[in-house]
Amino acid sequence: MKETVIKVDKLTKKFGDFIATNQISFEVEKGEIFGFLGANGAGKTTAMRMLCGLLMPSSGSASVAGFDVYKQTEHIKQSIGYMSQKFSLYEDLTVKENIRFYAGIYGMSRQVIKEKMTSLLEQLQMTAEENSLVKSLPLGWKQKLAFSVAILHEPKIVFLDEPTGGVDPVTRREFWNLIYEAAEKGITVFVTTHYMDEAEYCNRVSIMVDGKIEALDTPRNLKSAFNAGSMDEVFLQLARGAKRKAD
Amino acid sequence: MKQFSIFVKKEFRHIFRDRKSLLIIILMPIVQIILFGFALTNEIKNSNIAVLDNAKDESSSAIIRRLDASRYFNVLQVLNTQADIEAAFRTGKIRLAVVFQPGFRESLLHTNHAQVQLIADASDPNTATTVTNYASNIISDYQKEMNGQSPVPYAIRPEIRMLYNPQLKGAYNFVPGVMAMILILIAAMMTSVAIVREKEINTMEVLLVSPLKPLLFILSKAIPYIFLSLVNVVTILIVSVTLLEVPINGSLFLLMGESLLFIITAVSLGLMISTLTKTQQEAQMFSLMALLLPTLLLGGFMFPIESMPLPLRIISNIVPSKWFFLIVKDVMIKGLGFSAVWKESLVLLGMSLFLLAISFKKFKTRLA
Repeated sequence: MKETVIKVDKLTKKFGDFIATNQISFEVEKGEIFGFLGANGAGKTTAMRMLCGLLMPSSGSASVAGFDVYKQTEHIKQSIGYMSQKFSLYEDLTVKENIRFYAGIYGMSRQVIKEKMTSLLEQLQMTAEENSLVKSLPLGWKQKLAFSVAILHEPKIVFLDEPTGGVDPVTRREFWNLIYEAAEKGITVFVTTHYMDEAEYCNRVSIMVDGKIEALDTPRNLKSAFNAGSMDEVFLQLARGAKRKAD
Repeated sequence: MKQFSIFVKKEFRHIFRDRKSLLIIILMPIVQIILFGFALTNEIKNSNIAVLDNAKDESSSAIIRRLDASRYFNVLQVLNTQADIEAAFRTGKIRLAVVFQPGFRESLLHTNHAQVQLIADASDPNTATTVTNYASNIISDYQKEMNGQSPVPYAIRPEIRMLYNPQLKGAYNFVPGVMAMILILIAAMMTSVAIVREKEINTMEVLLVSPLKPLLFILSKAIPYIFLSLVNVVTILIVSVTLLEVPINGSLFLLMGESLLFIITAVSLGLMISTLTKTQQEAQMFSLMALLLPTLLLGGFMFPIESMPLPLRIISNIVPSKWFFLIVKDVMIKGLGFSAVWKESLVLLGMSLFLLAISFKKFKTRLA
């Protein structure tokens, strides 16, 4: 029995006359890795922010983890994790202090934080670095740490906004291993990216063009539907029709 | 509550890890007080003067001795002719020349009327006015003493008493001023920068997505700077009492309470600035232009507000430092109680509530 954790129906956000997201509808199931693709300015971030409770939708309906995005944002916030394109750690705090701070914000007890921190540091092989300032770590490590911190409180869903910007392919691969591990634990992953090789890693992919979802299926089905050899070609075929300029 | 303590702890970590800024925050008040107290004083001491004594009698020599003995003057040159005066000024070594006419004491005794000429170098008009005032005071002191020996009927003798600050020390004015300035700088600027920093390094988004309450966020940001500002108040008071000999005439408790009130106003200003700006640099510039400048110009301790044109006098009312400056002067220098400053306190309280309401509302709408 599949469980739907994100349900979006005709969700729209207008900024004045500008329609950032135009009646988008989709559903995401528990444990799925859902790729949210689109060119810059297509409306990905706006859609994501509405789902996280950062922006109030103009019309349509959506529920995240069973909670309504209009009225129950406080409940949504308890059930999700978030990581943005610029990994969001405090550079002047140590690895340990960052973990402790974010865990504390989610109301985790001291004892639980301690246990989780030990296993997390072991998993990332960063135990030796626990007292180093985050600014002294390489970018790839920071991103992996930021992701681990974002799912430390075991959210139902984790939203990743272009999490792998600016890192090399090897580190990106490692990052995706972390994502798979999280998905195996039952955490739903909602990820935006514009690396098309990453799109291949997702269970299902939606492609947004000019505020609308133009395609939504598994990468394999999309490739055959568009008669393309790779997701890159699929994306280019769709994105060429875009009228909006990237911001 | 646990969230709160964790957040406050994190804020203190940021502050203590940035040693350089911390050092500046702690030392700035001390440096400022010392600068204003010793270097930038508006008292003019040890001015070199020249005298041309054409009388050479008992009175003229007595006055010259008094001038030389005072801490304001130092008789550098004794001139012989009128022409020497100009030459003496040309060397640039003297600020003032004092000229006695022949028969000075004679005419003073017989006609009750004698003239001394004070010639000042007015290329710096403020200094010139000040040194001639000092000299006139010394001369009239001498005259008073003479009159005391043989009272002159019907002479109107204004007796001047300088209340609260008999020695006319500049410190009595600038200690409250520096307090206002430092607190605005630390409490408002640092708070706004601390909040905007979270926006700049992108941690704000994560915090907004977390279950953390906005009020908790704002409070946690403000508390470390309220604490640091109180430390600054204590340092300023210690330095001014010990080093500058400015007494705390009123209740220390009331003074600290009023300082806390002003700190809260400043922090509210900082919060407001943080909702209007996006980068740390912007927040800093904004704080300097919108807070420090009005504090300096319209706070009342550098330039007297009473002598400003009406529009500026009206604008000065929205400068919080002006009210705090009045409060500190009343409580610390004049030793007055709360009954004397309740109006000013009410103004500060009103400003704080207004600013807090606005910034909280603004902060919330960005969440929605």
